[in-house]
Amino acid sequence: MSSKIFSDSSLIGVVGVGSFGTVIANMLAEKNQVLVYARNAEVVAEINENHTAQGKSMHESIMATQDPQQLCESCQTIFFMVPSSAFQDVARKFSPFLQPYHLVIHGTKGLCLDLPEGQSLDEVKNLDRNRILTMSEVLQKETVAVRVGCLAGPNIAKELSKGQPAATVIASKFNEVILEGQRLLRSEKFQVYGNSDIIGVELSGVLKNIIAIAAGALAGLGLGENAKGLLISRGMVEMVHLSRALGGSVKSAFGLAGVGDLVTTCNSVNSRNYTVGYRLAKGEKLPQILDEMEEVAEGINTVKIIKGFLEAADLRAPITENLYRVLFEDLEIEEALQFLMKYPFNVDVDFV
Amino acid sequence: MEEKYIKHKYDPILPSKDEWPVVKLARERKEFVKKVSENAQGRILKLTSNNMEILKEELETTRYREKLRIKQNPWVVDPDDEGAFWGKVKESLLHASSETSLSKKQREAIYKEILESITSRYSEEIASNFKHQHYKFIRSVVTFGFARLLNAARVKGFRSIFSNQYTLQDKIQITGETDQLRDLATKGTIVMVPTHFSNLDSILIGWIISVLGLPPFIYGAGLNLFNISIFAYFMNALGAYKVDRRKKNLVYLETLKTYSKEAIQFGCHSLFFPGGTRSRSGMIESKLKLGLLSTAIEAQRNNYQEGITGISGKIFVVPVTINYHFVLEAPSLIRDHLSITGQERYYKENDEFSTSYKISKFLVKFFTKGSDISVSVGKAMDVLGNYVNEKGESLDQHGRVIDTSHYFRSGGKVTVDSQREEEYTHMLGRRIVEEFHRINRVFSSHLVAFTAFELIKAKNSKLDLFDLIRLPEEEIFIEYEEFKDACQRVYDQILILREQGLIKIAPHMKRSLEEIIAHGLDNVGMYHAKRPLIRNKKGQIVTEDMSLLYFYHNRLHGYELENLF
Repeated sequence: MSSKIFSDSSLIGVVGVGSFGTVIANMLAEKNQVLVYARNAEVVAEINENHTAQGKSMHESIMATQDPQQLCESCQTIFFMVPSSAFQDVARKFSPFLQPYHLVIHGTKGLCLDLPEGQSLDEVKNLDRNRILTMSEVLQKETVAVRVGCLAGPNIAKELSKGQPAATVIASKFNEVILEGQRLLRSEKFQVYGNSDIIGVELSGVLKNIIAIAAGALAGLGLGENAKGLLISRGMVEMVHLSRALGGSVKSAFGLAGVGDLVTTCNSVNSRNYTVGYRLAKGEKLPQILDEMEEVAEGINTVKIIKGFLEAADLRAPITENLYRVLFEDLEIEEALQFLMKYPFNVDVDFV
Repeated sequence: MEEKYIKHKYDPILPSKDEWPVVKLARERKEFVKKVSENAQGRILKLTSNNMEILKEELETTRYREKLRIKQNPWVVDPDDEGAFWGKVKESLLHASSETSLSKKQREAIYKEILESITSRYSEEIASNFKHQHYKFIRSVVTFGFARLLNAARVKGFRSIFSNQYTLQDKIQITGETDQLRDLATKGTIVMVPTHFSNLDSILIGWIISVLGLPPFIYGAGLNLFNISIFAYFMNALGAYKVDRRKKNLVYLETLKTYSKEAIQFGCHSLFFPGGTRSRSGMIESKLKLGLLSTAIEAQRNNYQEGITGISGKIFVVPVTINYHFVLEAPSLIRDHLSITGQERYYKENDEFSTSYKISKFLVKFFTKGSDISVSVGKAMDVLGNYVNEKGESLDQHGRVIDTSHYFRSGGKVTVDSQREEEYTHMLGRRIVEEFHRINRVFSSHLVAFTAFELIKAKNSKLDLFDLIRLPEEEIFIEYEEFKDACQRVYDQILILREQGLIKIAPHMKRSLEEIIAHGLDNVGMYHAKRPLIRNKKGQIVTEDMSLLYFYHNRLHGYELENLF
């Protein structure tokens, strides 16, 4: 290994320039040199020449590349900011160049599946836990990077780009990853908390998207704040149970990445997941909504995966199950709501 | 044709004993012990943040616990001057805290002195007493003696006692990555991590290391084994250092870890039983004791820090599984396990047959009747659990060569980060457990025990484990045909797992199912007074001891085979 790799240690890598990736790259660029990776040659040129990424402005010092090798060799800390649907592919693309000294932090709130060659989710009967991967698990499976962390919390890109105050959680089993994340991102307007339960934090960020779709649907039906309070609280219970079944700790669900993000997304018209729910309630069909969206709503895929997991593990999660029927089986939202109102919940909180 | 086990004589990789790391270590024993003691002091001072109050408390706790141990749990091996030594420690501690005329500096000096006296006592106690003459002697006794016994039993006729038709290697079959192990042992330092089911393992492994032509490994053996003088002799001869599980105080644990770490850095091949003690349940260890394992990682990092980046400073972790049809101590082990996990749910019943046994009696039985043991050597890994190639270079999951030192780098330098290394130790532990399952060899006896127990469990699905084990044995029987069908299902699944490289099978598992079942029934726990599984006169499968059946069944735990029932 040549020493040049380590010489320019202040360069920070960001993979993916979606809305969140762009914001994070801009925040990182305030303190450090940043190199971003984009798949697309035009986007790379746009960043290098105009300092914009798909129209969004980018810090002037940010350079872009299309070459995973260049990024891996120039950066020791790399942020992966790609949607879950592309995550496995990107991880595989970077795998030949990642080394054990890399610190990798991702900001993706979704799940991937580890299925036998040629099978799709619909064909798999037994979707047990070890077929479901969080993004940190994808990184560890596909690459040699072990010092892996995740970034989660109520971080709506639009607000962050305006410089409004916010906070996030960096979760990792390795203290050095948390410290590095804090060092790079912390500012007067951005607070960074640490958490060692990476799986719990990832799951919180993932599961809250389900509830966000439901919240959008309630708003779309024109229901009020009582209904929203009901949904958030019951949604929270469901998140805790699911997260625990998938290996997270209850504690993390109560943190910034759990309840913090849940409240934000359930109130935000800027959230993609919320928007999907809202438009469904207004009578639009799912394929049409998805067609018109620029970026993916992670919640849709999550509902699908969690539904499969629930069946295999013989668990119940009424909100997720009914949302699945609304999304994929043409159940009317009103009917789903009726069903939930009749569902025999008795105990308010039974997990603390 | 059944696959051939490895059965040939290996030349020693280091012909001259003077080159053996363990001999070098024995030669420098005095300096080495001193170095261990000094480094242990450094670690303890660091752990107590150089704060004299904390150190004082640790010393007092240590003294108190040691006093208690001497009073409540004395062993034959304990030296006679223990009482006196700790009495003196007490005096010094008292002197340091009560004497008002002492300055802070003087007081510090006294505490450090006490610490030094304890760590040097402990290091001396832990250090092995390897003597090459003894080693040679033991090795020939074991090989010669066992061979005589074996031939006497198997070859008929007057001259049988002198026959060389059978050797120990017919009895104990070694399979797996032996060539890689031999090769890497000449290049770097080996840390061997075997599964642990029986007290016999220590001697067995010692013998195997010598058969493979490797220089002796050092390993931590429970001090309790040194209570039995014959064991003590064996252990000392094989290079064992002593681990006293009664001593749980910080000073002792740190000294022990320092010893292990320093020995690895010295280049001594080492052996840990990562499960800590013998597996009580009969399952392959799934939770490992990480204390000693962490010393391998620490030693590796230390080598990198000192700039030893070549293969000579590389540490290779080699998992090994030992497979038995029969575990001598099974009755007491499973009893322990059930009473620990079940607490008041599990009542011990008196059973005069299984409480006492004789090692010698077992050995005779072992050699005179056919119960084979196989030892499988896994692929070597680096301290992060990556496989290595023939040059000893680490490979990532896609086969690319990677540099292990990069795991310890941050900002371009090798750095010390104890939290990071703690996490690495967990990762290594998980990898070892994974490898154990992969190289585990299924015997016929495991198959029949597993199938029978799962069938009984399925028939009594309302009962939990403890009720199940208390079922009256005379009421349990399985019709042979049903049993055979179930065995077939489990067997098929095992073959699928084998295809995927997730388990291995013994050669006798390639016979017809009827033969496998018969072989399994003959062999499962064959020398126990109460057999875990037999076929009765009506041809039904019955058990004489449910908890033993559970024990042997557990060997196939962790492959999700129970889902077949």
